[in-house]
Amino acid sequence: MSRPTRHTAGALVALLIIAPLTSQEGADRASAHWAFTAPVAATPPTTQNTNWPRSAIDRFVQAALEADGLQPNPAADRRTLVRRLSLDLTGLPPSRDEVRAFLADDSEDAYERLVDRLLASPHYGEHMARYWLDLVRFSDTNGIHHDHYREQSPYRDWVIRAFRDNLPYDEFVTDQIAGDVHPKPTKDQLIASGFHRLHLIIDVGTALPEESLARNVIDRTTAFGTAFLGLTVGCAVCHDHKYDPITQRDFFALSAFFNNLDGAPETGRRGTGDFRRGLQPPYVEFPDAGQKAELERLETELDAANAQVKWLTTKAKGAGGAEQQRFDERRQSAQARVKQLRKQRDAIRVAVPAAMVMRERAAMRPAHILRRGDYANPGERVERATPAFLPKLTRGDGPPTRLHLARWLLAPDHPLTARVAVNRFWQQLFGRGLVLTAEDFGTQGSDPSHPRLLDHLALTFIDSGWDVKALMKALVMSATYRQSSHATPAAYAADPDNRRLARGSRFRLDAEVVRDQVLAASGVLVREMFGRSVKPPQPAGLWKAVALPDSLPRIFRADTGDQILRRSIYTFWKRGLPPPQLTILDAPTREFCVARRERTNTPLQALLLLNETEYLRAARHLARAILRNAASSERERAEHLFETVTSQLPNSEELHVLQRTLADLREHYANRSELANEMVRGLELDADETKVELAAWTALASTVFNLDITKTRQ
Amino acid sequence: MHDLFTTHNVLQNRRRFLQSTGMGLGTTALGALLGGDGKPATTPHHPPRARRVIFLFMAGAPSQLDLFDYKPGLSKRFREPLPPSIQGGQRVTAMTRGRTQLVAPSMFGFHRSSVSGVYWSDLLPHLSNVSDKICLVRSLHTNAINHDPGKTYFCTGSEIPGKPSIGAWLSYGLGAMNRDLPDFVVLTSAYWTGGKRNVQGLYSRLWSSGFLPGRHQGTAFQVAGDPVIFLSNPAGIDRTIRRRMLDATAELNAQHHAEIGDPEIRTTIAQQEMAFRMQAAVPELVDLQSEPTEVLDLYGPEVHKPGSFARNCLLARRMIERDVRFVQLFHRGWDHHSILPKQLPGQAYDVDQPSAALIIDLARRGLLDDTLVVFAGEFGRTVYGQGRLERDDYGRDHHPRCFSGWLAGGGIQGGIAYGQTDDFSYNIVDQPVAVRDVHATMLHLLGLDHERLVFPFQGLDQRLTGVEERAHVVQGILGQA
Repeated sequence: MSRPTRHTAGALVALLIIAPLTSQEGADRASAHWAFTAPVAATPPTTQNTNWPRSAIDRFVQAALEADGLQPNPAADRRTLVRRLSLDLTGLPPSRDEVRAFLADDSEDAYERLVDRLLASPHYGEHMARYWLDLVRFSDTNGIHHDHYREQSPYRDWVIRAFRDNLPYDEFVTDQIAGDVHPKPTKDQLIASGFHRLHLIIDVGTALPEESLARNVIDRTTAFGTAFLGLTVGCAVCHDHKYDPITQRDFFALSAFFNNLDGAPETGRRGTGDFRRGLQPPYVEFPDAGQKAELERLETELDAANAQVKWLTTKAKGAGGAEQQRFDERRQSAQARVKQLRKQRDAIRVAVPAAMVMRERAAMRPAHILRRGDYANPGERVERATPAFLPKLTRGDGPPTRLHLARWLLAPDHPLTARVAVNRFWQQLFGRGLVLTAEDFGTQGSDPSHPRLLDHLALTFIDSGWDVKALMKALVMSATYRQSSHATPAAYAADPDNRRLARGSRFRLDAEVVRDQVLAASGVLVREMFGRSVKPPQPAGLWKAVALPDSLPRIFRADTGDQILRRSIYTFWKRGLPPPQLTILDAPTREFCVARRERTNTPLQALLLLNETEYLRAARHLARAILRNAASSERERAEHLFETVTSQLPNSEELHVLQRTLADLREHYANRSELANEMVRGLELDADETKVELAAWTALASTVFNLDITKTRQ
Repeated sequence: MHDLFTTHNVLQNRRRFLQSTGMGLGTTALGALLGGDGKPATTPHHPPRARRVIFLFMAGAPSQLDLFDYKPGLSKRFREPLPPSIQGGQRVTAMTRGRTQLVAPSMFGFHRSSVSGVYWSDLLPHLSNVSDKICLVRSLHTNAINHDPGKTYFCTGSEIPGKPSIGAWLSYGLGAMNRDLPDFVVLTSAYWTGGKRNVQGLYSRLWSSGFLPGRHQGTAFQVAGDPVIFLSNPAGIDRTIRRRMLDATAELNAQHHAEIGDPEIRTTIAQQEMAFRMQAAVPELVDLQSEPTEVLDLYGPEVHKPGSFARNCLLARRMIERDVRFVQLFHRGWDHHSILPKQLPGQAYDVDQPSAALIIDLARRGLLDDTLVVFAGEFGRTVYGQGRLERDDYGRDHHPRCFSGWLAGGGIQGGIAYGQTDDFSYNIVDQPVAVRDVHATMLHLLGLDHERLVFPFQGLDQRLTGVEERAHVVQGILGQA
């Protein structure tokens, strides 16, 4: 299986101009590329070392290691494992009690039961959903021009529930692509079809509607390509794909599945009720029983009041003099009543949850190849079709629907769908995918490090009925996953991305996990799930510096109380300026689909973790709890702190540093009582609490939160 | 410390970059490229003419007809329909589609600059007076017709979000020049004398790192509060405490590095130390007390107000002095669809004296020779009026076919005007300069070949100037080396 060498773009353009690809050559290139042919079942290889492998996964890995003359690492210690599993499966650290319970459990299946418990946690759903939201560019604003509020939280909540309840991946995919096409779609299936509404959308009255329509359809099609095919189909908008056998015709034929939304291509006019709710038809509403009853009552009253206005108007017209005046007065009061009822109704409607959905227009909108990708330059008309180099689409009598498209994608012989999915799940747990370029399985993507393992996982996944939890469990049960990440600097230098898998992966936690961990370990995390997005405090003025005078919302107003202590997946996401606590740690802006985050290490990240006031407040909460704890000695308290934050007990050297630091901090705060006052401001101290002690312990807790091992999954 | 910034990714990508440029990988050169050791960064392709850039971005699209592109013949064509031969089926925005297009001559006078002989609007007297150092380009053109894609295109080389901005490319390509400050800083004006009505939104993607590693993204300075978010120690932590905490983290991190072996831990130590240095360097940078009155006066009265364009120009000079590679200012408020005559003078007032002062100030300090200053918006404005049309009351719609901007300093030929438009400032008739050509020229002046500054992403060797249409270095605006 050879692949073309990488050309510089310029050289390849020249090459293509000289020798345009014939369709036969395109087909040849397609059949030669590993990812464009169906996965092949392989017997797991036999290995020399038969003690280490626990599963088929390990035999593939071990065989490759043996071929390279390498040996796997031993398993990590149990404290590391419980922390790793907890962060990887729920995005939250284990509590000290959870760590100790695992250590105390010496039964044979202690590890497996821990895995099962974490997979059953509702927080597993939240954590899994977060990766998906990057992939589909989920956000709370429209992302262009005014960057207005856009209500998408029902879709986010559906994704969380889908993972939590282990919705099979094939249904998960089908409902997003075609939830609305089912004969009798459920509420959840309709919400899922909101996948097609997550693209950026421009304000009405700026661009030309036909341009906006084209842009939206291209965005939807590109998202479909990245999320489900793992292909950069967007490269074929302006011309045939330069490297993959996707023609421009393929792109626009694919886009024809997504161009028939029964709704406007630009945001609604301001001032309407929908606008304030961040909604735009088509959408479905889910009032609770109380809201429903209240709305029905108000509608009935409104009908009556309207009828009365009408009747009084007619009467007034037919009357004269004082009688007319009397009718007019009664009409005016009836009109006031209508106005008031409308206001009441709108006030209730604003609070009614609603989800934007996909819905087809009755008459199909024709699709054209857009020459050079230009909406104003439509070429030949194209019908709905899938790219020619991939398996054939099975269709009914009429034009194929998105349901046919979903079934095509999920056919067992589809070369991409399962591979792309299992690779992303692998990437979550190992830091890197077996295919490094999770977003690109085309000829320019990277080759899989373990091709037969990838196929084995893909086929097993399909055979399991696309069971995501079963896949995740198989991965974390493997000996490969359980390895220690300790290695020599030489080993790290030789394989920095750990592609050989000769050790456990070690990588910085994602932005959301970093924040959630601070809150959880400090004991302040509010575990309430679902609902509208919330705004934890951020430095003042960030939105103001970029917003338009009449953006909705323009001014950032932080929430208060419990709302600011919820998991980061519920944080309000403004595409024009996303939450800095998250973007500084490489969270994407959600303006386009991201299958793989960058991981950098910058001074701004150091500043964030050191100085974020909410994080310090959390550290203070932890310090206070530790000081209140019955533990008697300073040493025990230091151990308690270190163990709570890192899940490890400090060794004697670490303890020494902690205690020496504490002594220094204590001394400084004792000499600078106003500094200690600032640290504890706003707290009512108990009789036996001293400011200096609390300030010193808070600074010490913050120190432990700033360790590399704390922000790193290892 | 050669590994100051080295996450392995950066190293690998940089290796690829160096291989693609045919450069060897001497340890010293690599260290310099990765920055942080205070040495000048290596320039890989050819000797640079400029080492730093200040990009004054006029978001909203200033009217070239009222500021830069003198068309004396239009006065007698007031309210005449734009000849179809000129209009040429040009696409328009939703705002003026289907309306008749009547000529709106500029009501503002122009004069021939005594120092350069180039025509400048009477609204820009200070710039006119330093125009011997400026190359005015009247033949810029772009593809985009709406603000958002237009700005995204000028700042990142693509209308579609997701590409790295110019400053990010330079940070990636050339590395850092200093140890205490970011490579790429963004300053946004907080107010506009021309009023709020014509203000357009900004987006952090205009200074993002796109698919490049996140450390190359621009750091946006804030007007109020911390100049860099999360810079200050929170209440209850002073510099002594902070130092003590960092000593402890460094000691523990070093222990952990010895046990675990992951070089990333050393990067964490280095970044925490840089954060500590930034806590001292940034307040010093934004503290203007050491600036003599004479210098403050040069920038004009607005310099005393935080968030003014004038203040940001002065801050830009202070950053350039401290070897920040790329400083980008955003001044909004140019979107004059109506009442242009009433609001343009305020906008011109905001930028005229401060940007002229910036040129003078840089020149006095010997910094203009190797600092490139660029001034441009995302597109131009139409010769035909929009809204009310009187001699002294008109507006103008978006116009991508031609617009004006200027460059000065590092490697630019001063005192000239380049490129020519037709009598209506509607089409370019000579020496067109595409936005991608501006990008290519900027990189060229910094010692980089735009076709060789590449980053592999989505199967392409991506570059600032894109892979669709060829970009050219604009030789005609370069000064004698």
